[in-house]
Amino acid sequence: MLKQIISGIQNIGHRAIESVWRLGVASRFFILVLLKSGTSLRRFDLVIRELYFTGVLSLIIIVVSGLFVGMVLGLQGYETLQKYGSESAVGTLVALSLVRELGPVVAALLFASRAGSAITAEIGLMKATEQLAAMGMMAVDPIARVVAPRFWAGVISMPFLAAMFSVMGVFGGYLVTVLFIGVDEGSYWSQMQSAVDFRFDILNGFIKSCFFGVAVTAIAVFEGYDAPPTAEGVSGATTRTVVTSSLVILGLDFILTAFMFRGVS
Amino acid sequence: MQRTTMDLWVGVFVITGIIALMILSLKVGNLNVYNPAQSYVITGNFENIGGLKIRAPVKSAGVVVGRVTNIQFSTETYDAVVSMSMDGQFEFPKDTFASILTSGLLGEQYIGLAAGGDEAKLKEGDKIMKTNSAMVLEELIGRFLFNKAAEDDSF
Repeated sequence: MLKQIISGIQNIGHRAIESVWRLGVASRFFILVLLKSGTSLRRFDLVIRELYFTGVLSLIIIVVSGLFVGMVLGLQGYETLQKYGSESAVGTLVALSLVRELGPVVAALLFASRAGSAITAEIGLMKATEQLAAMGMMAVDPIARVVAPRFWAGVISMPFLAAMFSVMGVFGGYLVTVLFIGVDEGSYWSQMQSAVDFRFDILNGFIKSCFFGVAVTAIAVFEGYDAPPTAEGVSGATTRTVVTSSLVILGLDFILTAFMFRGVS
Repeated sequence: MQRTTMDLWVGVFVITGIIALMILSLKVGNLNVYNPAQSYVITGNFENIGGLKIRAPVKSAGVVVGRVTNIQFSTETYDAVVSMSMDGQFEFPKDTFASILTSGLLGEQYIGLAAGGDEAKLKEGDKIMKTNSAMVLEELIGRFLFNKAAEDDSF
């Protein structure tokens, strides 16, 4: 009985130390990727190839979900606002919630599950089939050749995807409220334009999506590089990428929002 | 360097991304209305600013000509000092009248400027001398009741 309790406590301690250890390795790995990214910026065609896989192929899911999120926002916002006779403010509601929060956050969540998991699986499988070790044998640094291009492609494509998500959302809101329900088109756009500030709303949303891009791709490449070189290990690493990056996105969003939007209005 | 179809698609992706950012800043954010690069800051003392907030618009004849950048409390005059960043292309006379108004019944509060007739113009760091406080509902009702009571007494 006592032995079981002690081993249970030992287990908790082991896990805690293990996770701190992993965090340290991840930080060192992140610095290493930044230091070795000179090669990938000089050979930019490597980054372009990864931009195709992370950015272009994520386009469909981002555009379609942006459209539907905007349509739902417009519909729900209209339902509530029309009770107070201020349905013309629906444009403001849709644009502000998309540009400030939903655009960067939902686009980053979709990006984590669409592109982040693919990056982890690819690098993990490269490790499991000893392709990374083979590169090392040929004096090709796998971090510079495989990891850094994927990292930069993710960082570059994330702000673009978030902006497209927001634009499609605003268009979806326009579609539902103006074309289907019949809110006045002029007040939809003019109220939106008077409420959305370039520096305060759009630039802050852009900065947010840059942070999310760095966080998601850093987690994805680390989990792939650190995955146990087995089929089971790669599948576990892919799951961890999606779970960890989703949690990090939401936590980071709270911190960034607290910094950006507190005490100003 | 060899060109591939992949390059084309990445190019399309980057262009769509930039277009999306431009739409956000121009169509949604209305960036072209107000350029803070050429602007001048003026201040005004208000007895009561009501619900005026930082970033509230400064309008003249209904057109946005600037934004409220800072609101402070002065312990010398015991009133509110409101700083306004004005668009550089609009100049106002020295004796411009500033009042805090409300757009609509429940709308946000803004500063309305009514131009005077002075030849000299307001410049960077100048102070608006003629101000009118925000309308406070309680004071308004109080004044109305007071007048009503005075009327009733006279009969």
